[in-house]
Amino acid sequence: MLSVYTDFIRIRFLTMLAYRVNYYTGILIYSMNIGVYYFTYKAIYGDAGSIGGFSAAQMTTYVAVSWMARAFYFNNLDREISTEIRDGSIAIQMIRPYNYVLVKVMQGLGEGMFRFLLFMIPGMAIAMLLFPVTLPTDPVAWISFLVMLFFSFLINTQINIITGLTAFFVENNEGMMRMKRVVVDLFSGLILPISLFPGWLATFAQWLPFQAITYLPGSVFTGRVKGVGIWNVLGIQIIWLIVLLVPMIIIWRLARRRLFVQGG
Amino acid sequence: MMYYLGLISEYLKNYMKSRLTYRADFWVEVVSDLLFQATNLIFILVIFMHTDSLGGWSENEVVFVYGFFMVPYGLFSCFVNLWNFSERYIVKGELDRVMTRPAHNLFQIFLENVDPPALVGSAIGLVIMGISGAQMDLHMAWWFIPALIIMSLSAVAIYTGIYTILTSISFFSDAPTGIIPLMYNMQSYGRYPVTIYNRAIQVVLTWILPFAFVGVYPASLFLHREDMQHMALLTPVMGAVFLTLGLLAWNFGIRRYRGAGS
Repeated sequence: MLSVYTDFIRIRFLTMLAYRVNYYTGILIYSMNIGVYYFTYKAIYGDAGSIGGFSAAQMTTYVAVSWMARAFYFNNLDREISTEIRDGSIAIQMIRPYNYVLVKVMQGLGEGMFRFLLFMIPGMAIAMLLFPVTLPTDPVAWISFLVMLFFSFLINTQINIITGLTAFFVENNEGMMRMKRVVVDLFSGLILPISLFPGWLATFAQWLPFQAITYLPGSVFTGRVKGVGIWNVLGIQIIWLIVLLVPMIIIWRLARRRLFVQGG
Repeated sequence: MMYYLGLISEYLKNYMKSRLTYRADFWVEVVSDLLFQATNLIFILVIFMHTDSLGGWSENEVVFVYGFFMVPYGLFSCFVNLWNFSERYIVKGELDRVMTRPAHNLFQIFLENVDPPALVGSAIGLVIMGISGAQMDLHMAWWFIPALIIMSLSAVAIYTGIYTILTSISFFSDAPTGIIPLMYNMQSYGRYPVTIYNRAIQVVLTWILPFAFVGVYPASLFLHREDMQHMALLTPVMGAVFLTLGLLAWNFGIRRYRGAGS
Protein backbone atom coordinates (compact mmCIF):
# COMPACT_ATOMS: atom_id res chain seq x y z
CA MET A 1 0.00 0.00 0.00
CA LEU A 2 2.80 2.34 0.88
CA SER A 3 4.37 1.87 -2.53
CA VAL A 4 1.26 3.38 -4.14
CA TYR A 5 1.97 6.61 -2.32
CA THR A 6 5.70 6.61 -2.98
CA ASP A 7 4.89 6.15 -6.66
CA PHE A 8 3.02 9.45 -6.55
CA ILE A 9 6.18 11.13 -5.27
CA ARG A 10 8.24 9.58 -8.04
CA ILE A 11 5.77 10.38 -10.83
CA ARG A 12 5.44 14.01 -9.81
CA PHE A 13 9.20 14.36 -9.55
CA LEU A 14 9.63 13.00 -13.07
CA THR A 15 6.84 15.21 -14.43
CA MET A 16 8.51 18.27 -12.97
CA LEU A 17 11.82 17.14 -14.41
CA ALA A 18 10.31 17.06 -17.89
CA TYR A 19 9.44 20.76 -17.62
CA ARG A 20 12.57 21.84 -15.83
CA VAL A 21 13.44 24.65 -18.25
CA ASN A 22 10.60 26.72 -16.79
CA TYR A 23 12.45 26.67 -13.50
CA TYR A 24 15.49 28.52 -14.70
CA THR A 25 13.43 31.69 -14.97
CA GLY A 26 12.07 30.88 -11.53
CA ILE A 27 15.56 31.05 -10.10
CA LEU A 28 16.04 34.46 -11.72
CA ILE A 29 12.73 35.69 -10.30
CA TYR A 30 13.69 34.65 -6.79
CA SER A 31 17.14 36.24 -7.12
CA MET A 32 15.48 39.48 -8.16
CA ASN A 33 13.15 39.40 -5.20
CA ILE A 34 16.12 38.86 -2.93
CA GLY A 35 17.74 41.83 -4.68
CA VAL A 36 14.85 44.22 -3.93
CA TYR A 37 14.93 43.37 -0.25
CA TYR A 38 18.71 43.26 -0.07
CA PHE A 39 19.07 46.81 -1.40
CA THR A 40 16.21 48.10 0.69
CA TYR A 41 17.68 46.66 3.88
CA LYS A 42 21.11 47.95 2.92
CA ALA A 43 19.67 51.45 2.71
CA ILE A 44 17.91 51.04 6.06
CA TYR A 45 20.89 49.71 7.92
CA GLY A 46 23.31 52.38 6.79
CA ASP A 47 25.47 52.49 9.90
CA ALA A 48 22.97 50.90 12.27
CA GLY A 49 24.41 47.81 13.96
CA SER A 50 21.31 45.74 14.51
CA ILE A 51 17.61 46.03 13.73
CA GLY A 52 15.02 43.71 15.25
CA GLY A 53 17.82 41.49 16.54
CA PHE A 54 19.33 41.02 13.08
CA SER A 55 22.72 42.38 12.05
CA ALA A 56 23.00 43.58 8.46
CA ALA A 57 24.82 40.39 7.45
CA GLN A 58 22.24 38.22 9.20
CA MET A 59 19.45 40.10 7.45
CA THR A 60 20.96 39.43 4.02
CA THR A 61 21.26 35.76 4.87
CA TYR A 62 17.74 35.70 6.28
CA VAL A 63 16.29 37.23 3.10
CA ALA A 64 18.19 34.85 0.82
CA VAL A 65 17.37 31.76 2.89
CA SER A 66 13.70 32.69 3.27
CA TRP A 67 13.19 33.05 -0.47
CA MET A 68 15.11 29.90 -1.23
CA ALA A 69 13.17 27.99 1.42
CA ARG A 70 10.01 29.21 -0.28
CA ALA A 71 11.38 27.76 -3.51
CA PHE A 72 11.24 24.41 -1.74
CA TYR A 73 8.00 24.49 0.21
CA PHE A 74 5.91 26.43 -2.29
CA ASN A 75 3.41 24.45 -4.36
CA ASN A 76 0.17 24.95 -6.23
CA LEU A 77 -1.81 22.19 -4.55
CA ASP A 78 -4.59 24.65 -3.70
CA ARG A 79 -5.07 25.46 -7.37
CA GLU A 80 -4.83 21.80 -8.41
CA ILE A 81 -7.44 20.74 -5.89
CA SER A 82 -9.88 23.50 -6.74
CA THR A 83 -9.52 22.78 -10.47
CA GLU A 84 -10.20 19.09 -9.85
CA ILE A 85 -13.23 19.97 -7.77
CA ARG A 86 -14.64 22.31 -10.39
CA ASP A 87 -14.11 20.10 -13.42
CA GLY A 88 -15.38 17.10 -11.52
CA SER A 89 -12.34 14.89 -11.94
CA ILE A 90 -12.18 14.66 -8.15
CA ALA A 91 -15.21 12.35 -8.27
CA ILE A 92 -13.16 9.69 -10.04
CA GLN A 93 -10.33 10.08 -7.56
CA MET A 94 -12.67 9.72 -4.62
CA ILE A 95 -13.72 6.23 -5.64
CA ARG A 96 -10.18 5.03 -6.12
CA PRO A 97 -8.64 2.96 -3.35
CA TYR A 98 -6.44 5.66 -1.93
CA ASN A 99 -6.81 8.72 0.24
CA TYR A 100 -7.10 11.75 -2.01
CA VAL A 101 -5.65 14.21 0.50
CA LEU A 102 -2.68 11.97 1.22
CA VAL A 103 -2.05 11.58 -2.51
CA LYS A 104 -1.95 15.37 -2.82
CA VAL A 105 0.60 15.57 -0.01
CA MET A 106 2.74 12.98 -1.80
CA GLN A 107 2.52 14.83 -5.10
CA GLY A 108 3.50 17.98 -3.26
CA LEU A 109 6.45 16.12 -1.79
CA GLY A 110 7.56 14.97 -5.23
CA GLU A 111 7.38 18.56 -6.39
CA GLY A 112 9.21 19.70 -3.26
CA MET A 113 12.04 17.24 -3.86
CA PHE A 114 12.37 18.49 -7.41
CA ARG A 115 12.36 22.09 -6.25
CA PHE A 116 14.91 21.33 -3.55
CA LEU A 117 17.41 19.79 -5.97
CA LEU A 118 16.90 21.89 -9.08
CA PHE A 119 15.65 25.16 -7.69
CA MET A 120 16.66 25.77 -4.10
CA ILE A 121 20.25 24.52 -4.24
CA PRO A 122 21.30 26.19 -7.54
CA GLY A 123 19.28 29.26 -6.56
CA MET A 124 21.12 29.52 -3.28
CA ALA A 125 24.44 29.24 -5.12
CA ILE A 126 23.47 32.13 -7.40
CA ALA A 127 22.20 34.21 -4.48
CA MET A 128 25.54 33.66 -2.74
CA LEU A 129 27.40 34.90 -5.80
CA LEU A 130 25.27 38.05 -6.05
CA PHE A 131 24.78 38.99 -2.41
CA PRO A 132 26.99 38.75 0.68
CA VAL A 133 25.24 35.73 2.20
CA THR A 134 27.04 34.07 5.08
CA LEU A 135 26.14 30.46 5.78
CA PRO A 136 26.36 29.12 9.32
CA THR A 137 29.32 26.94 10.24
CA ASP A 138 27.57 25.18 13.10
CA PRO A 139 26.38 21.72 11.93
CA VAL A 140 23.54 21.89 14.47
CA ALA A 141 22.11 24.92 12.66
CA TRP A 142 22.28 23.07 9.36
CA ILE A 143 20.68 19.86 10.56
CA SER A 144 17.92 21.57 12.50
CA PHE A 145 17.24 23.91 9.58
CA LEU A 146 16.82 21.01 7.16
CA VAL A 147 14.49 19.20 9.55
CA MET A 148 12.46 22.39 10.06
CA LEU A 149 12.33 22.94 6.33
CA PHE A 150 10.50 19.65 6.03
CA PHE A 151 7.97 20.77 8.62
CA SER A 152 7.61 24.10 6.78
CA PHE A 153 6.67 22.11 3.73
CA LEU A 154 4.11 20.04 5.65
CA ILE A 155 2.48 23.05 7.31
CA ASN A 156 2.36 25.04 4.10
CA THR A 157 0.91 22.03 2.29
CA GLN A 158 -1.80 21.64 4.92
CA ILE A 159 -2.74 25.29 4.48
CA ASN A 160 -2.81 24.84 0.70
CA ILE A 161 -5.01 21.78 0.95
CA ILE A 162 -7.45 23.52 3.26
CA THR A 163 -7.60 26.49 0.86
CA GLY A 164 -8.07 24.22 -2.14
CA LEU A 165 -10.86 22.24 -0.49
CA THR A 166 -12.89 25.41 0.10
CA ALA A 167 -13.81 25.10 -3.58
CA PHE A 168 -16.35 22.56 -2.38
CA PHE A 169 -18.23 25.27 -0.55
CA VAL A 170 -17.78 28.40 -2.68
CA GLU A 171 -18.18 28.20 -6.43
CA ASN A 172 -15.10 30.26 -7.18
CA ASN A 173 -12.27 30.33 -4.68
CA GLU A 174 -9.81 32.27 -6.85
CA GLY A 175 -9.91 35.26 -4.51
CA MET A 176 -9.49 33.03 -1.49
CA MET A 177 -6.35 31.47 -2.96
CA ARG A 178 -4.86 34.86 -3.77
CA MET A 179 -5.65 36.09 -0.30
CA LYS A 180 -4.02 33.04 1.22
CA ARG A 181 -0.85 33.68 -0.75
CA VAL A 182 -0.62 37.27 0.45
CA VAL A 183 -1.34 36.33 4.06
CA VAL A 184 1.25 33.53 4.01
CA ASP A 185 3.94 35.75 2.47
CA LEU A 186 3.37 38.48 5.03
CA PHE A 187 2.80 36.52 8.22
CA SER A 188 5.37 33.82 7.51
CA GLY A 189 8.02 36.52 7.77
CA LEU A 190 9.08 36.22 4.14
CA ILE A 191 8.60 39.90 3.38
CA LEU A 192 9.59 41.14 6.81
CA PRO A 193 11.08 39.21 9.73
CA ILE A 194 8.43 39.13 12.44
CA SER A 195 10.81 40.67 15.00
CA LEU A 196 10.59 43.89 12.96
CA PHE A 197 6.80 44.06 13.24
CA PRO A 198 5.36 46.54 15.75
CA GLY A 199 4.57 44.83 19.08
CA TRP A 200 0.85 44.17 18.63
CA LEU A 201 1.28 42.86 15.09
CA ALA A 202 4.16 40.63 16.16
CA THR A 203 2.02 39.20 18.96
CA PHE A 204 -0.77 38.60 16.47
CA ALA A 205 1.64 36.87 14.08
CA GLN A 206 2.93 34.63 16.85
CA TRP A 207 -0.55 33.19 17.32
CA LEU A 208 -0.78 32.22 13.67
CA PRO A 209 0.67 29.08 12.07
CA PHE A 210 2.46 30.99 9.32
CA GLN A 211 5.54 32.02 11.31
CA ALA A 212 6.43 28.33 11.55
CA ILE A 213 6.86 28.26 7.76
CA THR A 214 9.62 30.83 7.23
CA TYR A 215 10.44 33.01 10.20
CA LEU A 216 11.27 30.38 12.81
CA PRO A 217 13.50 28.17 10.60
CA GLY A 218 15.17 31.32 9.23
CA SER A 219 15.91 32.49 12.77
CA VAL A 220 17.62 29.19 13.51
CA PHE A 221 19.62 29.26 10.29
CA THR A 222 20.92 32.80 10.85
CA GLY A 223 21.97 31.88 14.38
CA ARG A 224 19.52 34.16 16.20
CA VAL A 225 18.01 31.14 17.88
CA LYS A 226 20.37 28.62 19.41
CA GLY A 227 20.44 25.72 21.90
CA VAL A 228 17.16 25.09 23.70
CA GLY A 229 15.47 27.64 21.45
CA ILE A 230 15.82 25.23 18.55
CA TRP A 231 13.71 22.64 20.39
CA ASN A 232 11.08 25.28 21.08
CA VAL A 233 10.88 26.09 17.39
CA LEU A 234 10.56 22.44 16.49
CA GLY A 235 7.86 22.08 19.15
CA ILE A 236 5.87 24.98 17.69
CA GLN A 237 6.08 23.44 14.25
CA ILE A 238 4.88 20.05 15.49
CA ILE A 239 2.01 21.64 17.41
CA TRP A 240 0.82 23.49 14.32
CA LEU A 241 1.18 20.38 12.22
CA ILE A 242 -1.21 18.57 14.56
CA VAL A 243 -3.58 21.51 15.06
CA LEU A 244 -3.99 22.03 11.32
CA LEU A 245 -4.92 18.40 10.84
CA VAL A 246 -8.24 19.10 12.55
CA PRO A 247 -9.73 21.63 10.07
CA MET A 248 -8.28 19.65 7.19
CA ILE A 249 -10.02 16.45 8.21
CA ILE A 250 -13.28 18.21 9.09
CA ILE A 251 -13.42 20.06 5.76
CA TRP A 252 -12.61 16.88 3.87
CA ARG A 253 -15.36 14.93 5.68
CA LEU A 254 -17.94 17.66 5.07
CA ALA A 255 -16.80 18.10 1.49
CA ARG A 256 -17.33 14.51 0.52
CA ARG A 257 -20.95 14.82 1.45
CA ARG A 258 -21.63 17.91 -0.61
CA LEU A 259 -19.76 17.40 -3.84
CA PHE A 260 -21.62 18.90 -6.77
CA VAL A 261 -19.92 19.16 -10.09
CA GLN A 262 -20.20 22.32 -12.13
CA GLY A 263 -20.46 21.35 -15.76
CA GLY A 264 -17.98 18.83 -17.05
CA MET B 1 -12.36 56.71 -32.88
CA MET B 2 -16.06 56.69 -31.97
CA TYR B 3 -16.15 53.10 -33.12
CA TYR B 4 -13.43 52.14 -30.67
CA LEU B 5 -15.04 54.03 -27.79
CA GLY B 6 -18.29 52.23 -28.56
CA LEU B 7 -16.47 48.92 -28.38
CA ILE B 8 -15.09 49.78 -24.97
CA SER B 9 -18.53 50.41 -23.53
CA GLU B 10 -19.96 47.27 -25.13
CA TYR B 11 -17.21 45.11 -23.67
CA LEU B 12 -17.61 46.69 -20.24
CA LYS B 13 -21.34 46.02 -20.34
CA ASN B 14 -20.65 42.42 -21.20
CA TYR B 15 -18.14 42.20 -18.40
CA MET B 16 -20.66 43.49 -15.88
CA LYS B 17 -23.29 41.00 -17.03
CA SER B 18 -21.02 38.00 -16.68
CA ARG B 19 -19.62 39.30 -13.42
CA LEU B 20 -22.91 39.90 -11.70
CA THR B 21 -23.49 36.17 -11.64
CA TYR B 22 -20.50 35.78 -9.35
CA ARG B 23 -21.07 38.89 -7.28
CA ALA B 24 -19.35 37.75 -4.11
CA ASP B 25 -16.29 36.76 -6.06
CA PHE B 26 -15.94 40.27 -7.48
CA TRP B 27 -15.54 41.66 -3.97
CA VAL B 28 -13.23 38.91 -2.84
CA GLU B 29 -11.03 39.80 -5.78
CA VAL B 30 -11.06 43.49 -4.85
CA VAL B 31 -10.21 42.65 -1.25
CA SER B 32 -7.37 40.31 -2.18
CA ASP B 33 -5.92 42.93 -4.55
CA LEU B 34 -6.05 45.49 -1.78
CA LEU B 35 -4.52 43.08 0.69
CA PHE B 36 -1.58 42.65 -1.67
CA GLN B 37 -1.11 46.42 -1.86
CA ALA B 38 -1.52 46.56 1.91
CA THR B 39 1.39 44.18 2.48
CA ASN B 40 3.64 46.45 0.41
CA LEU B 41 2.45 49.41 2.41
CA ILE B 42 2.96 47.54 5.68
CA PHE B 43 6.49 46.80 4.51
CA ILE B 44 7.17 50.51 4.01
CA LEU B 45 5.56 51.48 7.32
CA VAL B 46 7.45 48.84 9.30
CA ILE B 47 10.72 49.77 7.61
CA PHE B 48 10.33 53.36 8.73
CA MET B 49 9.81 52.27 12.30
CA HIS B 50 13.47 51.32 12.19
CA THR B 51 14.95 54.15 10.12
CA ASP B 52 14.29 57.81 9.34
CA SER B 53 15.14 57.81 5.69
CA LEU B 54 15.54 55.46 2.80
CA GLY B 55 18.24 56.70 0.43
CA GLY B 56 17.48 60.28 1.49
CA TRP B 57 13.69 59.93 1.26
CA SER B 58 11.37 60.34 4.22
CA GLU B 59 8.54 57.99 5.13
CA ASN B 60 5.83 60.27 3.76
CA GLU B 61 7.73 60.68 0.52
CA VAL B 62 8.13 56.92 0.05
CA VAL B 63 4.47 56.34 0.88
CA PHE B 64 3.53 59.09 -1.57
CA VAL B 65 5.61 57.42 -4.29
CA TYR B 66 3.84 54.15 -3.56
CA GLY B 67 0.46 55.89 -3.76
CA PHE B 68 1.37 57.32 -7.14
CA PHE B 69 2.66 53.93 -8.28
CA MET B 70 -0.76 52.40 -7.54
CA VAL B 71 -2.63 54.82 -9.83
CA PRO B 72 -1.11 53.88 -13.22
CA TYR B 73 -0.68 50.29 -12.07
CA GLY B 74 -4.43 49.96 -11.45
CA LEU B 75 -5.23 51.50 -14.84
CA PHE B 76 -2.74 49.20 -16.52
CA SER B 77 -4.05 46.08 -14.78
CA CYS B 78 -7.58 47.01 -15.71
CA PHE B 79 -7.12 47.73 -19.41
CA VAL B 80 -3.93 45.91 -20.41
CA ASN B 81 -3.82 42.34 -19.28
CA LEU B 82 -1.50 40.15 -21.33
CA TRP B 83 -0.71 37.70 -18.54
CA ASN B 84 -2.24 34.64 -20.24
CA PHE B 85 -1.77 35.72 -23.84
CA SER B 86 0.39 32.86 -24.99
CA GLU B 87 -1.75 30.10 -23.46
CA ARG B 88 -5.11 31.54 -24.38
CA TYR B 89 -4.54 33.07 -27.79
CA ILE B 90 -1.69 31.15 -29.35
CA VAL B 91 -1.80 27.68 -27.78
CA LYS B 92 -5.61 27.50 -27.76
CA GLY B 93 -5.81 29.35 -31.07
CA GLU B 94 -8.19 32.13 -30.06
CA LEU B 95 -6.11 34.60 -32.00
CA ASP B 96 -7.63 33.26 -35.23
CA ARG B 97 -11.05 34.42 -34.09
CA VAL B 98 -9.73 37.85 -33.12
CA MET B 99 -7.97 38.36 -36.43
CA THR B 100 -11.09 37.87 -38.52
CA ARG B 101 -12.64 40.96 -36.97
CA PRO B 102 -12.28 44.56 -38.16
CA ALA B 103 -10.96 46.25 -34.98
CA HIS B 104 -7.22 46.16 -34.33
CA ASN B 105 -6.30 42.78 -32.88
CA LEU B 106 -4.25 44.04 -29.93
CA PHE B 107 -7.08 46.39 -28.95
CA GLN B 108 -9.57 43.52 -28.97
CA ILE B 109 -7.28 41.40 -26.81
CA PHE B 110 -7.01 44.22 -24.29
CA LEU B 111 -10.79 44.57 -24.21
CA GLU B 112 -11.44 40.86 -23.84
CA ASN B 113 -9.33 40.85 -20.70
CA VAL B 114 -10.54 43.99 -18.92
CA ASP B 115 -10.38 43.70 -15.17
CA PRO B 116 -12.29 46.60 -13.55
CA PRO B 117 -11.69 45.49 -9.93
CA ALA B 118 -8.10 46.65 -10.44
CA LEU B 119 -9.34 50.25 -10.64
CA VAL B 120 -10.11 50.18 -6.93
CA GLY B 121 -6.33 50.08 -6.45
CA SER B 122 -5.97 53.32 -8.42
CA ALA B 123 -8.57 55.00 -6.23
CA ILE B 124 -6.81 53.86 -3.06
CA GLY B 125 -3.56 55.14 -4.55
CA LEU B 126 -5.06 58.61 -4.89
CA VAL B 127 -6.23 58.49 -1.29
CA ILE B 128 -2.74 57.46 -0.13
CA MET B 129 -1.20 60.32 -2.13
CA GLY B 130 -3.70 62.69 -0.53
CA ILE B 131 -3.00 61.54 3.03
CA SER B 132 0.79 61.48 2.79
CA GLY B 133 0.74 64.75 0.82
CA ALA B 134 -1.31 66.41 3.54
CA GLN B 135 1.11 65.22 6.22
CA MET B 136 3.97 66.83 4.32
CA ASP B 137 2.00 70.06 3.84
CA LEU B 138 2.29 69.58 0.12
CA HIS B 139 0.56 72.52 -1.47
CA MET B 140 -1.90 71.61 -4.12
CA ALA B 141 -0.85 73.63 -7.16
CA TRP B 142 -3.14 74.20 -10.15
CA TRP B 143 -1.01 71.96 -12.36
CA PHE B 144 -1.25 68.93 -10.08
CA ILE B 145 -4.33 67.38 -11.63
CA PRO B 146 -3.37 67.79 -15.31
CA ALA B 147 0.17 66.65 -14.45
CA LEU B 148 -1.19 63.63 -12.58
CA ILE B 149 -3.28 62.65 -15.59
CA ILE B 150 -0.38 63.07 -18.02
CA MET B 151 2.09 61.25 -15.77
CA SER B 152 -0.32 58.37 -15.10
CA LEU B 153 -1.13 57.93 -18.77
CA SER B 154 2.58 58.05 -19.66
CA ALA B 155 3.30 55.43 -17.03
CA VAL B 156 0.52 53.23 -18.41
CA ALA B 157 2.06 53.72 -21.88
CA ILE B 158 5.44 52.57 -20.55
CA TYR B 159 3.92 49.47 -18.95
CA THR B 160 1.94 48.72 -22.09
CA GLY B 161 5.01 49.16 -24.26
CA ILE B 162 7.22 46.89 -22.17
CA TYR B 163 4.64 44.14 -21.83
CA THR B 164 3.62 44.30 -25.47
CA ILE B 165 7.23 43.91 -26.56
CA LEU B 166 7.65 40.94 -24.24
CA THR B 167 4.38 39.36 -25.31
CA SER B 168 5.38 39.71 -28.96
CA ILE B 169 8.18 37.27 -28.24
CA SER B 170 5.56 34.53 -28.00
CA PHE B 171 5.02 34.86 -31.76
CA PHE B 172 8.54 33.63 -32.25
CA SER B 173 8.91 31.06 -29.52
CA ASP B 174 6.38 28.29 -29.00
CA ALA B 175 7.00 27.58 -25.38
CA PRO B 176 5.78 29.97 -22.68
CA THR B 177 8.88 31.91 -21.78
CA GLY B 178 8.27 32.89 -18.18
CA ILE B 179 9.58 36.35 -18.94
CA ILE B 180 6.35 38.09 -17.98
CA PRO B 181 6.33 36.94 -14.35
CA LEU B 182 9.96 37.99 -14.28
CA MET B 183 8.98 41.52 -15.23
CA TYR B 184 6.25 41.69 -12.62
CA ASN B 185 9.04 41.32 -10.10
CA MET B 186 11.25 43.90 -11.80
CA GLN B 187 8.43 46.40 -11.25
CA SER B 188 8.88 46.32 -7.53
CA TYR B 189 12.32 47.84 -7.98
CA GLY B 190 10.64 50.95 -9.40
CA ARG B 191 8.57 51.64 -6.30
CA TYR B 192 11.44 52.68 -4.07
CA PRO B 193 13.83 55.62 -4.52
CA VAL B 194 16.16 54.32 -7.24
CA THR B 195 19.11 55.92 -5.47
CA ILE B 196 19.29 52.97 -3.06
CA TYR B 197 20.30 50.59 -5.85
CA ASN B 198 23.72 50.19 -7.34
CA ARG B 199 24.62 52.02 -10.53
CA ALA B 200 23.97 49.13 -12.93
CA ILE B 201 20.44 48.54 -11.62
CA GLN B 202 19.73 52.29 -11.78
CA VAL B 203 20.70 52.38 -15.46
CA VAL B 204 18.54 49.35 -16.24
CA LEU B 205 15.55 50.81 -14.41
CA THR B 206 15.93 54.15 -16.17
CA TRP B 207 16.75 53.32 -19.76
CA ILE B 208 16.30 49.62 -20.52
CA LEU B 209 13.28 48.52 -18.48
CA PRO B 210 12.20 51.97 -17.35
CA PHE B 211 10.19 50.96 -14.30
CA ALA B 212 11.59 53.94 -12.43
CA PHE B 213 9.36 56.03 -14.72
CA VAL B 214 6.18 54.42 -13.42
CA GLY B 215 6.84 55.34 -9.80
CA VAL B 216 9.62 57.29 -8.31
CA TYR B 217 10.51 59.70 -11.17
CA PRO B 218 7.04 61.05 -11.95
CA ALA B 219 6.16 61.17 -8.24
CA SER B 220 9.20 63.33 -7.57
CA LEU B 221 7.58 66.07 -9.66
CA PHE B 222 4.76 66.43 -7.13
CA LEU B 223 7.18 66.15 -4.23
CA HIS B 224 9.30 69.00 -5.62
CA ARG B 225 12.41 66.84 -5.41
CA GLU B 226 14.90 68.77 -7.45
CA ASP B 227 17.27 65.82 -7.85
CA MET B 228 14.75 63.99 -9.99
CA GLN B 229 12.41 66.57 -11.44
CA HIS B 230 14.18 66.69 -14.77
CA MET B 231 13.71 62.91 -15.03
CA ALA B 232 10.01 63.34 -14.23
CA LEU B 233 9.60 65.59 -17.25
CA LEU B 234 11.01 62.83 -19.43
CA THR B 235 8.17 60.46 -18.44
CA PRO B 236 5.82 61.36 -21.34
CA VAL B 237 8.72 61.02 -23.78
CA MET B 238 9.58 57.57 -22.44
CA GLY B 239 5.90 56.65 -22.58
CA ALA B 240 5.66 57.64 -26.25
CA VAL B 241 8.90 55.86 -27.14
CA PHE B 242 8.03 52.59 -25.41
CA LEU B 243 4.44 52.52 -26.61
CA THR B 244 5.67 52.98 -30.19
CA LEU B 245 8.27 50.26 -29.77
CA GLY B 246 5.61 47.97 -28.33
CA LEU B 247 3.23 48.49 -31.23
CA LEU B 248 6.02 48.04 -33.77
CA ALA B 249 7.12 44.79 -32.12
CA TRP B 250 3.53 43.57 -32.01
CA ASN B 251 2.77 44.38 -35.64
CA PHE B 252 6.02 42.79 -36.71
CA GLY B 253 5.32 39.69 -34.65
CA ILE B 254 1.72 39.20 -35.68
CA ARG B 255 2.71 39.14 -39.34
CA ARG B 256 4.70 36.02 -38.49
CA TYR B 257 1.70 34.39 -36.85
CA ARG B 258 0.55 31.31 -38.71
CA GLY B 259 -1.99 29.83 -36.33
CA ALA B 260 -1.62 26.65 -34.33
CA GLY B 261 -2.89 23.34 -35.70
CA SER B 262 -6.09 21.89 -34.24
